[in-house]
Formats: sequence, C-alpha cells, structure tokens
Amino acid sequence: MTEQTERDLTSYLTGFALALVLTAIPFGLVWAELLSGPAIYVVIGIAAVLQVLVHLVFFLHLNLKSTPVENLFFLGFAAVLIVIMVGGSLWIMIDLHHRMM
Amino acid sequence: MSSAMITPAGGAREALEHEEKKSLEAREFGFWIYLMTDAVLFALLFATYAVLAGNFADGPTSKELFDLGHVAGETALLLLSSLTFGFATLAMGEDRAGRVIQWLALTLVLGVCFLAMEMVEFYGMIEKGAGPDVSGFLSAFFALVGTHGLHVAFGAIGICVMIGQVMVKGLTLPVRSRLIRLGLFWHFLDIVWIGIFSVVYLPGVM
Repeated sequence: MTEQTERDLTSYLTGFALALVLTAIPFGLVWAELLSGPAIYVVIGIAAVLQVLVHLVFFLHLNLKSTPVENLFFLGFAAVLIVIMVGGSLWIMIDLHHRMM
Repeated sequence: MSSAMITPAGGAREALEHEEKKSLEAREFGFWIYLMTDAVLFALLFATYAVLAGNFADGPTSKELFDLGHVAGETALLLLSSLTFGFATLAMGEDRAGRVIQWLALTLVLGVCFLAMEMVEFYGMIEKGAGPDVSGFLSAFFALVGTHGLHVAFGAIGICVMIGQVMVKGLTLPVRSRLIRLGLFWHFLDIVWIGIFSVVYLPGVM
C-alpha cells in the first residue's frame, strides 16, 4: 500500500466514524426522547451541518489546498443561492402563516 | 485507449495524453456544476416540505406514518455504501480492477437494499391510505424523498454500467474519470439523505 492510499484510507475511515457518531446523536436523542422543545431542533441542526461538512471533507476530499478554486467558488455560489431562495421562501411563508392566523 | 493503439513519436503521444487529461478535468468540473444545481433543486424541495409539513388535511400525520427504526436502517445502508464506494476509489488508485469490481458490486447491493426499504415504506404508506394525493404534507414528502430515491436508482444503474466498463475496458483514463464522477454523485446523494432524516423524519416523529 502506497503512502497516498494509506492516507486516503484513513480519511474514509475517519469520515465514516465521525458520520456514524453525528448520526447516532440525533437519532438517539429523538428515540429516547431526552430533549424537547427548541433544544432538540438545535441539536439536530448542528449535527446535520457538521455531518455535511464531514462528508465534504472526508468523502468528497474538499480542501483549501488541492481542490480547484473554481469548484469551491461554485460550492459557495450554490450555498448563497440556497440561503437566499430557501431562507426567503420560509421567511415569506411563515410570515404569511402568522398573518392568516 | 487511443494512446495504446497508435504509437506516434514520444512528444506527440505525450501531447495527446495531456489533451485527454485536460478534457477529462473539464468534464469533472462540469459534473461538479451539475451537482451544485442538483443541490439547489433539492434545497427547494426541502423548503417546499418545510412549508407544507404541518398541512395534514385531516389525513394521517407524520407521527403516525414514520418509523424511526426503518429510517435508521436506510441511513445505515446509505452511509455504508458511501464507505464501500470510497474503498472502490482506493482500489482504483492501486490499479486493482478486480477489487474495484468487488467493492462496486457491494455498493450496488447496499444501494438496491436501500431502494427496496424505501419501496416497502412507500408501498405501506399508500396501502394505509397515505398516498401523495391525500394532503400537502404527503405531496411534499413523496416529491422530496421520491426525487432522492430516483437519484439513487440512477446511481445504481450507473454502478452497473461502470462495473461493465471496468470489466470490458479495464482501468483506462476515461473509465477512471467516469468512476470518480459517479463517486461524487453517490457521496452527494448521501449528503442529501442527511438533510432528509434531519428535516423530514426526526422532526416528524417527535
């Protein structure tokens, strides 16, 4: 096994272990009904965001050194689009919902 | 393949290989842009679901329909398949075509099991009178989770094609590039699934 493959193998296994933990935490909390109210949504949200980052770094091998800058640029662009469109839609619809009550 | 068949002077061959590499890199970049547009598509389906999640229209609620154990099983299958696809990529780096095929086959089995579990879930829901036509919640649910399932099905077809290509053509430069792109697609679908269990299933059973 070459040095490169060994590094990649460690990367996949680390990513898998981290993803497993970050999946187990929200599932376990919901299963055991340990938390309630807004706190559980915050935990689920944080675990999800962290796990997406884990997948991007350890499975898709994104990093600031070897990934072409164009790819990171488009990732950022998609993220901005998503924030505007999803955030905007939810803002409008939730506001509308309040006014209709 | 072309570089093996024709044997021009060394310089020309090198230039050809360089051109081929550059064109494959361009395709990887193009595929990355496609993935980002797909991410936008899924994000909007998520927004639709978030808006409609409470509109049960006197039909069955998410709490009655979702089974956390079933979802945990689907999540485990998809996460494991991401790891096995990673191992296939590693085997490709070591030029071991046989290993690549074995890991791809295992990934395919895991992906098909995931699809089977999803079909069982959908079929059970429709049997219970909770089809996509019942309420806004169910329309949004089937649109979002169904689109993801459709992507996984296309990924599974892609894995079949790539197993065939590795068998017939071997690990040539274009085959490697296609495998890398399929890998990006497969890992991307796992990322979308994180969103699905965090937005749809976990809040749905509480």
